[in-house]
Amino acid sequence: MEPVLQIKGISISFTQYSGGLQQRTLPVIRDLSLTVRPGQVVAVVGASGSGKSLLAHGILRLLPYNSRMEGEILYEGAPLTAKRAAKLRGKEIALVPQGVTYLDPLMKVGAQLCRGRRDEQTKARYRAALQRYGLGPETEDLYPFELSGGMARRVLIASAVAEQPRLIIADEPTPGLDARAAARILGHFKELAEEGAGVLLITHDLELALTIADRVTVFYAGETMEEAAAADFRDPARLRHPFTRALWNAAPGNGFRPLAGSQPYPGTVTKGCPFAAQCGRCRADCTAMETIPLRPLRGGMVRCLHPDAKEEET
Amino acid sequence: MKRLNRRQGMVLLLVCAAVLLAAVTVAGILLEPRAMQADFSRTNRTPCAEYPFGTDWMGRDMLARTLAGLSLSIRIGLLTAAASALIALVLGIAAATLGRKADAAVSYCIDMIMGIPHILLVMLISIACGRGFTGVVAGVALSHWTSLARVIRGEVMQLRQAPYILVARKLGVPQGKIIRKHLLPHLLPQFLTGLILLFPHAILHEASVTFLGFGLPSEQPAIGVILSESMQYLTTGRWWLALFPGLMLILVVVLFAVSGEQVRRLLDPASVHE
Amino acid sequence: MKHRLQFAAKKLLRMALLLLGVSIVTFALMAASPLDPLQTNVGQVALGSMSEEQVAQLKAYWGVDTPPAERYLGWLGSVLHGDFGVSLLYRQPVLQIIAARLQSSLWLLLAAWVISGVLGTALGVVAGYWRGRWPDKLVRGYCFVISSTPAFWLALLLLMVFSVWLGWFPIGLSVPIGMDAASVGIADRLYHAVLPALTLSITGVANIALHTREKMVDVLESDYVLFARARGESGLAIALRHGLRNVALPAITLQFGSISEIIGGSVLVEQVFSYPGLGQAAVTAGLGSDLPLLLGITLITSAIVFGGNLVADLLYGAVDPRIRRGAARG
Repeated sequence: MEPVLQIKGISISFTQYSGGLQQRTLPVIRDLSLTVRPGQVVAVVGASGSGKSLLAHGILRLLPYNSRMEGEILYEGAPLTAKRAAKLRGKEIALVPQGVTYLDPLMKVGAQLCRGRRDEQTKARYRAALQRYGLGPETEDLYPFELSGGMARRVLIASAVAEQPRLIIADEPTPGLDARAAARILGHFKELAEEGAGVLLITHDLELALTIADRVTVFYAGETMEEAAAADFRDPARLRHPFTRALWNAAPGNGFRPLAGSQPYPGTVTKGCPFAAQCGRCRADCTAMETIPLRPLRGGMVRCLHPDAKEEET
Repeated sequence: MKRLNRRQGMVLLLVCAAVLLAAVTVAGILLEPRAMQADFSRTNRTPCAEYPFGTDWMGRDMLARTLAGLSLSIRIGLLTAAASALIALVLGIAAATLGRKADAAVSYCIDMIMGIPHILLVMLISIACGRGFTGVVAGVALSHWTSLARVIRGEVMQLRQAPYILVARKLGVPQGKIIRKHLLPHLLPQFLTGLILLFPHAILHEASVTFLGFGLPSEQPAIGVILSESMQYLTTGRWWLALFPGLMLILVVVLFAVSGEQVRRLLDPASVHE
Repeated sequence: MKHRLQFAAKKLLRMALLLLGVSIVTFALMAASPLDPLQTNVGQVALGSMSEEQVAQLKAYWGVDTPPAERYLGWLGSVLHGDFGVSLLYRQPVLQIIAARLQSSLWLLLAAWVISGVLGTALGVVAGYWRGRWPDKLVRGYCFVISSTPAFWLALLLLMVFSVWLGWFPIGLSVPIGMDAASVGIADRLYHAVLPALTLSITGVANIALHTREKMVDVLESDYVLFARARGESGLAIALRHGLRNVALPAITLQFGSISEIIGGSVLVEQVFSYPGLGQAAVTAGLGSDLPLLLGITLITSAIVFGGNLVADLLYGAVDPRIRRGAARG
């Protein structure tokens, strides 16, 4: 089936001042590629601060004015230009943002969902969407501050589904929710994928993502480290990148072994593998090479020179 | 030539403004004798090559008078803004660190001062000091510290909760040392910005109060005095007496405001992305 | 509701305390003045030619020899009974003068307040929406220059252009000479108030526009505007639906907070246009050391300023759903 979204090597960078008077360019996302097919949930997993949200804003062409995006984005086979994105936003492409701050604090939920349209048809459509997630018509009369965390998430999902989008971008839809509520929210996204939409799920929580994802892209310091089928995570030996394995091991269900050290701040690694400092099998060539290429391996992709080398104690 | 980026442009602008203001100040001091010199052979000249700003009914050179007045304004502005900022710093820190009673007292004072229209308060303080130079300096200095004090109070309140200050306190570092070593360096950007942004207000209020007759005495070539005198001659069409001194005053205030704005943006950490 | 009433009562009590403070400070400042009211108002020569008895009588009239604390308490006692004393210069009850002056200033202040509020908010929204583009640069440039311009000089400029050169408006005096103030028609009053009101509006706009612009920029950079964009809302609809709504609340505070500035400006502007309002009376009272009148004027203007703040607080509570509904539930 034709992919609904194809991202080919996009990079997003900011201009900023460092040390007083010098201007510099700060790369936040480098050479990212992924594909979302209809009916699929594709998860992008990375630690906070790895520039994940910008990916969502980049696809929608809603990046701040001091940023730049390069690379190619295809939506249903044709380039997603700024003009086309503006036409499709909120109709075929829907964003489900993080939480209640994405709702106008001074506008009632109902009015906000309808985007200023007052006809009965629109109202009925959104009433049905709310109903689908167990929110009665009284919800329409509430202000955002009167919603609980879970209700707010459901309102945000309802805002997306009422227009029957073909691509749903969910940007960290679960933080602040307890495990059961989070699972329920993710279940809603799975359901939408089963109805035929493509879902791009951006999250920091690998374990949770794996409960619904078909494919997973692992993100580290703005770069794609690995692209794998969700099934690969059932056996860590099938994983390709040391970081992915470390991430998997750090999950509570898999041993809870935290990774020592921290992710480099964007722009500090200019050469070689960004994960080198934390990697147990880093070799001389890992830091010597200008950029590590992303290459196919076992039905996925990996950005590592020695994916199958033995772990060495550091 | 390499194109300057925005920050380099800001610094350049700041330096230019500072040089210009310094030049006006020095020129005004040097021209003061000329500003007072009456010459009845050249009264009421319209602006010409020799007297670009014209002369008044006593034949005094308006350009010299304007520059002398601006110089005086700048010096009073610096003095009062500095005094005001210092009051703000002391009271702001006191409110935030000396307990609830001190805080209540300071915020009562701030609310009260903000409730009296500025110009009225400056008038009242000036009267209490017998008008004149002392009156206007005291009036402006004692009435302009409120907003900055509020900012500093808020900042200190926030800093007090900062982990490294809490740790220092736990370790038994004395209060005075905490203020000196940990609070003041963090307050400096806010303080400097507030100080420079006070200049325009200080200068404008000095001129206003002098204009109303509560400030500098009429024999001094102050901008307020010059404009007040010009009022009597407006109806007879001597427009230059009011126009040029006023425009120059605006220029000086704009220069101060521009400098303040540049300093604020340079010191504001949130502006790195611009 | 009970919550709101308690809030209002608390604010009123604080206002009363602040007014008490204002009266003490004003009184203390006037009492501390080394300026001798007899010298300023009667004159050295006249004083010299008077008999001792007459001088003593004058001293008693101006209250020179009574200890300040005693005078203050006496004054406070009468004020609590609604008597603000008698103006020493005008020889009329202070309240009567203030009422008359305030009435003529009211047109001026109200017009300037409304015009600067509406225009300032509109310009601020426009500038914030087109941030960094020419409307923004224009508005910011205007605000920058105007906030650097002394109000009285602007008044002089307008007087010069519109009254002296073009002759459209009268030069000074809101009442034609030889006419009783009471018999002047409303039209004539308005005619005289145009230039002063214009001056105050032009200066008042700057502050409100700049602050509204900042708020508008904040709103447009907020998460909820990003989400509105992501949902396909277009720029102008966002400005109208989300921008105006979220700018309205701080605009209330700004608008009522600008009262003090407008009254302050009117003191200067009335002086230039010889407009017989409250501001001019304040200057006269100040120059003539007319303690009761200046005290009365300071107190009344402060009461108006505090009252404005109170109204802003209450309005805010009534408009902001977070406070309105939050209080209703709690």
